[in-house]
Amino acid sequence: MATTPSLNQTIQDVFNEPGCGKNQAKSEKERKKGCTKQLQPGGAAGGCAFDGAKIALQPITDVAHLVHGPIACEGNSWDNRGAKSSGSLLYRTGFTTDMTENDIVFGGEKHLFKAIREIVEKYAPPAVFVYQTCVPAMIGDDIDAVCKAAAEKFGTPCIPIQSPGFVGPKNLGNKLAGEAMLRHVIGTEEPEYTTPYDINIIGEYNLAGELWQVKPLLDELGIRILSCISGDARYREVAWSHRAKAAMMVCSKAMINVARKMEERYEIPFFEGSFYGIGDMSDSLREIARLLIERGADPELMDRTEAVIAREEAQAWAAIEPYTKRLAGKKVLLITGGVKSWSVVAALQEAGMEIVGTSIKKSTKEDKEKIKQIMGEDAHMFDDLTPREMYRMLKEAEADIMLSGGRSQFVALKATMPWMDINQERHAAFAGYHGMVEMVKEIDRTLSNPMWQEVRRPAPWDDSRTVSWTERAVAENAPPVPAPDAGREAA
Amino acid sequence: MAQLVKNPKACTVNPLKMSQPIGGALAFMGMRGTMPLLHGSQGCTSFGLVLFVRHFREAIPLQTTAMSEVATVLGGFENVEQAVLNIVKRTNPELIGICSTGVTEVKGDDLKGFVKLIRERHPELANVALVQVSTPDFTGAFQDGWGKTVMAMVEELVNAPNPAVRDPHRINVLPGCHLTPGDIDELRDIFEAFGLEATFLPDLSGSLDGHIPDDFTPTTLGGTGCEEARAMGLAGWTIAVGEQMRPAAEALEEKAGVPFRLFDRLTGLAPCDEFMLFLSEISGRPVPKKYRRQRGQLVDAMLDGHFHIGGRRIAIGAEPDLLFALTSLLAEMGAEISSAITTTNSPVLERLPCGTVTIGDLEDLEAGAADADLLVTHSHGRQAAERLHVPLFRIGLPMFDTLGAAHQVSVGYRGTRDLIFAIGNMLMHRHHEPAPDDWRDAWPKPTESPASEEELVP
Repeated sequence: MATTPSLNQTIQDVFNEPGCGKNQAKSEKERKKGCTKQLQPGGAAGGCAFDGAKIALQPITDVAHLVHGPIACEGNSWDNRGAKSSGSLLYRTGFTTDMTENDIVFGGEKHLFKAIREIVEKYAPPAVFVYQTCVPAMIGDDIDAVCKAAAEKFGTPCIPIQSPGFVGPKNLGNKLAGEAMLRHVIGTEEPEYTTPYDINIIGEYNLAGELWQVKPLLDELGIRILSCISGDARYREVAWSHRAKAAMMVCSKAMINVARKMEERYEIPFFEGSFYGIGDMSDSLREIARLLIERGADPELMDRTEAVIAREEAQAWAAIEPYTKRLAGKKVLLITGGVKSWSVVAALQEAGMEIVGTSIKKSTKEDKEKIKQIMGEDAHMFDDLTPREMYRMLKEAEADIMLSGGRSQFVALKATMPWMDINQERHAAFAGYHGMVEMVKEIDRTLSNPMWQEVRRPAPWDDSRTVSWTERAVAENAPPVPAPDAGREAA
Repeated sequence: MAQLVKNPKACTVNPLKMSQPIGGALAFMGMRGTMPLLHGSQGCTSFGLVLFVRHFREAIPLQTTAMSEVATVLGGFENVEQAVLNIVKRTNPELIGICSTGVTEVKGDDLKGFVKLIRERHPELANVALVQVSTPDFTGAFQDGWGKTVMAMVEELVNAPNPAVRDPHRINVLPGCHLTPGDIDELRDIFEAFGLEATFLPDLSGSLDGHIPDDFTPTTLGGTGCEEARAMGLAGWTIAVGEQMRPAAEALEEKAGVPFRLFDRLTGLAPCDEFMLFLSEISGRPVPKKYRRQRGQLVDAMLDGHFHIGGRRIAIGAEPDLLFALTSLLAEMGAEISSAITTTNSPVLERLPCGTVTIGDLEDLEAGAADADLLVTHSHGRQAAERLHVPLFRIGLPMFDTLGAAHQVSVGYRGTRDLIFAIGNMLMHRHHEPAPDDWRDAWPKPTESPASEEELVP
């Protein structure tokens, strides 16, 4: 076996990712420093590399995901994401070595080995994924060696995921997870059969079942998802994903290394697309068909695809139509990151709404260009806002609703402003044609709720001189102060 | 009565336990104008933050020293210093509460020394209280982190008073982490009815009870202020709730001479009676009428509830003090504790009304709950409950799939009454309708009992 590259080499390799346009623009020296911005102590937000690795791989449903570390890493976070499964529920079981002082003193390798044995004996999964965290990385536990020994001993693939939290942010963890798949999983099994209509979908996690809003249409077109990395996936599907004819990369740049290296190694062409929004959904279907035809599928696939697109678009518009009148001219403040910013912007405009601002915290340079194309040159894009600034944006832009992730919801809610969740913790599925209709309905349901009028009634004992914090925030007329780390961009 | 066992397995499956640092962080969140700070990787903070946001449905102030790999190896003084300076600049807090984590403890970062050095180098921070506490992830559990943090606050903040100015009508209350903001509110009402003015250390009812704030602050929205904490030495008594608070109560007694009374639970008729009697003694007032009425209501609830709770088998997973309160009440109502799982060691465990108590996980709870009528644990019990087709009564933290987790009350006569109703209702709604074959071939078949794999904790 070739010697495994060290974690540092892997990270450097990920930083050198040629598929990343931003990376190409950098000098050799800058590239070496990596795309990880320096985190600011006391002013940072967001998850660590381990968090990112887990997000990217946990949707593989039949695998036992074993976290090697003290209780914090798994105990504080397990079963908290909405990836759905059509089969095994093993991925929702929390496995951890729950390291204690003894492990710190004597090393945790034997403990880890025993834990793998217990899992294999009790749960017989097709594979065990072992996640490395900060503490065992510091004391030098060699999880590669333990995984190798355990795999030989128990006859079950044990995959080391090198993702200690302190190496960087969530996004880096996504990529490290991808590297582990490329190194240890992809290409290790063969599908029973292949067809000219086999595709991979990379970076789709089936949150709230969103993959299932798309899959019926692919089924209808005779397109087979050979492997989704990683939403509703089985271990073996990932292992034989190298036999796909084409691939779609969904979540912006989170797994670009997987898509590009699979193109390089297995000649699987890929495109970057989105299932959010009617136009984006249609474009993605067309691209899938085009790539498959390029790789030898019957060209009549495109005609069938266009027919499905025409039918579905008509259905979706008909379903949205009753709402567009009610939503026309409503103003939206969009606070989220990455792929969702630009694909959701298009989707909301389709419903007749006006986007008064969007955040670009996690967006890449291309993302920003796309936002400009869609929203116009004078698009309000902001990087990082304090809650008070966020509120002022909400008020000054006279937005009717704020769409964001769960963390910033209270800015809107505490100011009795409508808010809707569009991040990964949400429970509603917004992908494909049905998802877009669902999102419009949901926005309408939120905006038209009579509760807003109720909660804005002043208390009977409040007199008109009482000044609320929201009024004070607006009164502070200064332009939004950029946070000290404004202008930074995620990898 | 109960024997403590520890499952010797190497792999924890479906954790019941959460880590010390976030228990410590939650304790700091009961202080006004506070920013808790975890000294570790940013994931340590972000997991805790997401957990609390989902439980309380509130904005959560929690920062990180954002330790990188290099900083971890070289030592984290600069990160802690920079984090403190940044937090002061951005949020202007009264108090910054710093908890260590596993990764910085393994390195051996000396937080106490760090804080001392920061004090020396930055005299301009004189108005900001800095409290640090050692809470490695690899020992103890959530409740231990909470207890240690309250103790650290006592030691750092409370002033030793001039005994001549002690005020008998002021009391200190040290609530365990198993008390919700709703429980704190309930206790405050009770104290006020006796004319006692209570300072809670900490007070989650001011910060995480879910209210519309007067101002949008990046720190905690309310809670006990440092000034009030400093004056705790002037109180006549300290009341501690839960065995986890004993060290903090002792520290307060030693430092300021305030005598304490520890109530290991305030759930159940007898402990509430004792509590009322004690309050009546220290206040010199008779028990107010409304509590006499509430006692009668509780007695009646017990009479009505025993039909549904008596004889039922209940499997409970909770941290020691909550487990003690729940198992004691349910056993008093005639239930059988079929399985008791906890997270960490505690003197109360041997007094649980059941044969054994296991330091373990939800896999252990599930294994012991095959014939249970009800599961009682936090929201993570939902998968086990589904598999066993048994209802789940959610209590403790986290409760991420429930509204009003902060307002679940289980202390006092009224809280106990409502808890009996809630659990009794869940059992009543599961009433089994008799079927023609229920008694056909119903005698038990002889089976071998499986050998126990568990070993005794020395």
